Amino acid sequence: MTSTTDLRTTGQGIDPRGPRFTASVTLVIFAVALLLSESAPGVAAVITGVQAVFFAIGAGLGVQKTPTGLLFRSLIRPRLSLPTELEDPTPPRFAQAVGLVFAIGATIGFATGAVLLGQVFAGFAVIAAFLNAVFAFCLGCEMYLLGLRLTRRTA
Amino acid sequence: MNPGLLILVVAVVVAVAFGLRRRRVDGRFDDRFDDREPTGSSSSGEEPAASRDATAWSSVTAALPTAELGQQATLVQFSSAFCAPCRTTRVVLADVADRYDGVAHLEIDAEEHLALVRALDIRRTPTTLILDAAGNELTRAAGAPRREQVLAALPATHPEN
Repeated sequence: MTSTTDLRTTGQGIDPRGPRFTASVTLVIFAVALLLSESAPGVAAVITGVQAVFFAIGAGLGVQKTPTGLLFRSLIRPRLSLPTELEDPTPPRFAQAVGLVFAIGATIGFATGAVLLGQVFAGFAVIAAFLNAVFAFCLGCEMYLLGLRLTRRTA
Repeated sequence: MNPGLLILVVAVVVAVAFGLRRRRVDGRFDDRFDDREPTGSSSSGEEPAASRDATAWSSVTAALPTAELGQQATLVQFSSAFCAPCRTTRVVLADVADRYDGVAHLEIDAEEHLALVRALDIRRTPTTLILDAAGNELTRAAGAPRREQVLAALPATHPEN
């Protein structure tokens, strides 16, 4: 049952540093939104709204197609050494969909005056983005199996 | 303190603590299993898993009737689609199974076998169970184990010539 597909030869793998770069930018975006949320919740809503659009692109078209993914490919990756291994793009794409939920929650909170709600969503997004950027750890991916266990009945 | 800043600081502290802990425990084969299933008797880490685990392999074969038990040991890996470390784990375990006589590697899609996932209490992917020749669970590790960690946890085996 060990059908190892080599992502290098199938051409479907991505540089794992791409999603980590994207997560670093996401982290900064949510951090700025949190810092502005008290004094200018409207601006915070716009910032998390833009991030929601980025997430929607990542979830819908793939992480390589987000603005940060394109930036990584055109400006950053040419300056780095070749990656030691390639990664399946499916897990980071799933994580973008999870991130989208949090970005939408934060945006609704900041835009409707439920600032604390927005801050809590943004706080969870910071945790997930930080883990991804610093530890290369995909929180959304881990929650996936637990989610299935809790929600899906066994046939 | 500005509540936004406070939440930001708390989130970063939580992320660092969680990340460091994960880095420490990921891929480690330990007595996690004993904590989960207190047998009532003394839990000296040496002790193999409780007798209930005679069913570990039978649970597997109930879900996968064609699966074959290794003569010495079986590395049972649970994976899922949205799991980058599963790939690394597959490479490591397949290599160990290749190099050591009587060691088999079995990769199971957790999503397709949720009943088995519940029966064996698999919480995340990858999770690797090491079964002995009789199919009892000896130990398990959540997260991608390194090669040395797998070899240290295997019952005595001999490399192929």
